Amino acid sequence: MSEAYVLHVNGEEYAVADAWLGESLLYVLRERLGFPGAKAGCEQGECGSCSVLVDGVLVCACLVLAASAVDAEIVTVEGLQPAERGAMSDVQRAFVETGAVQCGFCTPGLIMAVHALLDQDPEPSDLVVREAISGNLCRCTGYGRILEAVEVAARRRSGGPDGAGAGGARGPGR
Amino acid sequence: MTVDVRAGAGVAGGIGQRAIRPDGVAKVRGEYSFSGDLWAEGMLWGQALRSPHPSARIRSIDISPALAINGVHAVLTGADIPVNRYGLEHRDQPVLADDIVRYTGEPVAVVAADHPETARRACAAIVVDYEILAPLVDPENAIDAPAIHPDGNVFRDLVIRRGDVEARGPIAVEGTYEIGMQDQAFMGPEAGLATPTSDGGVDLVVSTQWLHNDRDQIAECLGLAPALVQLSLGGVGGAFGAREDVSLHVHACLLATRTGRPVKIVYSRAESFLGHVHRHPARIWMRHTARPGGEIVSVESRILLDGGAYRSSSYHVTANAACFAAGPYRVPNGHVHAVAVRTNNPPCGAMRGFGVVQSCFAHEAQMDLLAAACEIDPVELRLRNALAPGDELLTGQRIEGTLPVADVIRACAALPLPAPAADDVLARPGGAGRTADAADVRRGVGFAVGFKNLMYAEGYMDGSVARCRIDAGVVTITCAAAEVGQGFVTLVQQIARTVLEVDDVIVAPADTTIGSAGSTSASRQTMMSGGAVEQACRAARAELEARAAVEPGARGPNPGGIDIVALTTREAIDVTEEFNHRLTHPLDADGQGDAHVSFACAAHRAVVDVDPELGLVRVVHLATAQDVGRVLNPLQVTGQIEGGIAQGVGLAVMEELIVQDGHVRNASFTDYLIPTALDAPTVEATLIEEPEPGAPFGAKGVGEPPTISSTPAIVAAIRAATGAPCTRVPVRPRDLT
Repeated sequence: MSEAYVLHVNGEEYAVADAWLGESLLYVLRERLGFPGAKAGCEQGECGSCSVLVDGVLVCACLVLAASAVDAEIVTVEGLQPAERGAMSDVQRAFVETGAVQCGFCTPGLIMAVHALLDQDPEPSDLVVREAISGNLCRCTGYGRILEAVEVAARRRSGGPDGAGAGGARGPGR
Repeated sequence: MTVDVRAGAGVAGGIGQRAIRPDGVAKVRGEYSFSGDLWAEGMLWGQALRSPHPSARIRSIDISPALAINGVHAVLTGADIPVNRYGLEHRDQPVLADDIVRYTGEPVAVVAADHPETARRACAAIVVDYEILAPLVDPENAIDAPAIHPDGNVFRDLVIRRGDVEARGPIAVEGTYEIGMQDQAFMGPEAGLATPTSDGGVDLVVSTQWLHNDRDQIAECLGLAPALVQLSLGGVGGAFGAREDVSLHVHACLLATRTGRPVKIVYSRAESFLGHVHRHPARIWMRHTARPGGEIVSVESRILLDGGAYRSSSYHVTANAACFAAGPYRVPNGHVHAVAVRTNNPPCGAMRGFGVVQSCFAHEAQMDLLAAACEIDPVELRLRNALAPGDELLTGQRIEGTLPVADVIRACAALPLPAPAADDVLARPGGAGRTADAADVRRGVGFAVGFKNLMYAEGYMDGSVARCRIDAGVVTITCAAAEVGQGFVTLVQQIARTVLEVDDVIVAPADTTIGSAGSTSASRQTMMSGGAVEQACRAARAELEARAAVEPGARGPNPGGIDIVALTTREAIDVTEEFNHRLTHPLDADGQGDAHVSFACAAHRAVVDVDPELGLVRVVHLATAQDVGRVLNPLQVTGQIEGGIAQGVGLAVMEELIVQDGHVRNASFTDYLIPTALDAPTVEATLIEEPEPGAPFGAKGVGEPPTISSTPAIVAAIRAATGAPCTRVPVRPRDLT
């Protein structure tokens, strides 16, 4: 067990005591600090389900030692959204409205990745979006509705028409 | 894409509308509780020790070094399991191997400790003395090899004979096809939390597809009355068939009852790959004969499925592979012989498409060969042979419901082709990583059609139970159907809103306090549990209307002129209903019989760009038309179609568990590749709505057809681009030249 250390998560300070120094940031966020939004999908940086921001950089929390992040500002999915119950960021809202959520396990990581993308590139092309989220595996959706959610969020940010796109399949004979 | 689906019943969020899933907000906020997110005061972490050998005899297990580690609370072996046998359909699998291990990764001991790292160290400290045996790894040898299990090496040997089995047409084509071992690779690894109860029982919160079947198996293994074992559904991070079999369930429950503490088990990704069943690898020989006009005269097939070490659902996977071996075509004469065998390879069982994926890859390759031999356009050949209601299957079963095969073929073929490849490096095969030269890229187009049964088959008595309670106007629906991501919870609300004409519907948690809803598999929950919910809501509505008729004062603001709050305040309405589908029957000695409830079909047209020299394939576009009965929620139907196609893409060009000498060599997302956003094609879908008689609102399950014929369409497109035969999936770089 190590000496206590302090992590800065979503603007608050948290003391981590009686922890094994080998614990990943993902483990400490989930099991010690009560931030289960980042998910453990592979624990080797392949699936992106544990994506968080460390000093503004999108990282896989499973690949970061918690004790190495003591001086960093960490933002998890819980820190993205307005605090009030049920409130959502623009990206979160677009995901829900377009059907981009199925089982939802990859969703928090994707929300983090899309925020990171749109904050840097407010009007990304389809291929740029695909490249940006290619580190986030989703097994349910085939990504179609996720790509639409990104498009809807980007369009709203640039002052485009509101409301989810028309996405979906065509009806018979039309 | 655009959507234009007929209006719903007029209720906001009702049937036919783009209703939003009730768990969506919690999921995007990171607040939805997956089974891996569970936590309890004083909880311990469980961990299994798994066999490193595919075949070995356990001479002895020394657990004392593990017990000596500080923080370890229990170490259990097979000798600690009251009844050390379980299995989805047939109890042939030990909870912890106590004599023979039959596959690499089979659990031999479990540990509970105060920290997951302590539990892992304790597992490493257990000393197992193995006598290593020669593994049986070639399914071709399994039938004649000495039995590796008391139940023998053959899970099922099924023959279907139809018509004149000697009849042949003048044109013949044949081929041998192989399908690799695909993994469901859901994103949320297996997880559960077991808590001992004061009455000597146990509560388990777990991610699963079928709470009641799990409950019964756990109770049997623990030697407890089923009533002492309560299961609740934890948040499920996808399933696709891999959660039909029990995994950590008995381990967690036994550790909890032995330690008197809550025990949580969460699989690592590597353990997940070893700890659940996979899609059966298959070797299929097929010969089709036809008249010069393309009319099929006969189909012969031999199908060999490697079921791995334990039976799981191999028995019924075999039936599906055989029953649908000829595809959605009229075949007057046929002879199909399908065998599933036991080997020392990883156990195989349910995965989306359930035996039909394998057959479809073969029959669609055959249809293209036949089209070429008859000099008929491949789409036209399929149309000339398309099954229709009133026709008979290979099994002699007459199609009674809807099955618009010709419609899906025509509608899919009519969809516009995508534009030529953009002059963008990112759009080429290999993307930014391995830049293909635009001049070397060849485009190909391929077409495929598939169909599959919906619901369980062969005489299984299937049902689902749902409860509708209206208390002071608040509607609560309870059903044990497992929400695994597909959106059943949305459907529950849509059905209740439509039938009861209310806005707010509470979906209660799924658990074993109500009767079984059956499995979330076989595309069955929309019909079975959707039907149960509809029936319960209709019964509640009838009671409401009866009360309104005798209480004139209760006329009010709700549709139908009743006051739902007033009518359910003094006494709640509480009805529980069971839905059953029509009876089916076993197959006879010739593989004939009315074995299946209902069918759904789809057609897929794939466009691929291939760089044969670099061995790179990019699946550019998938057009599809699917028989859906009726669209209940266009958002969710689209999600199932796109998601199912992505899994078909994976099997076509990248996904295979590599098993050498009984060892899985790529049990990680570094080495087992599933499609990313860069690999997923653009999907253009047309939905064919022909309501299915007997199904709630006429809807069919939509989850499986997208996974079935997308793979052969993609491989047909690769053949068109390269001229390579590509008789095996996934297509490897060396198969392209």
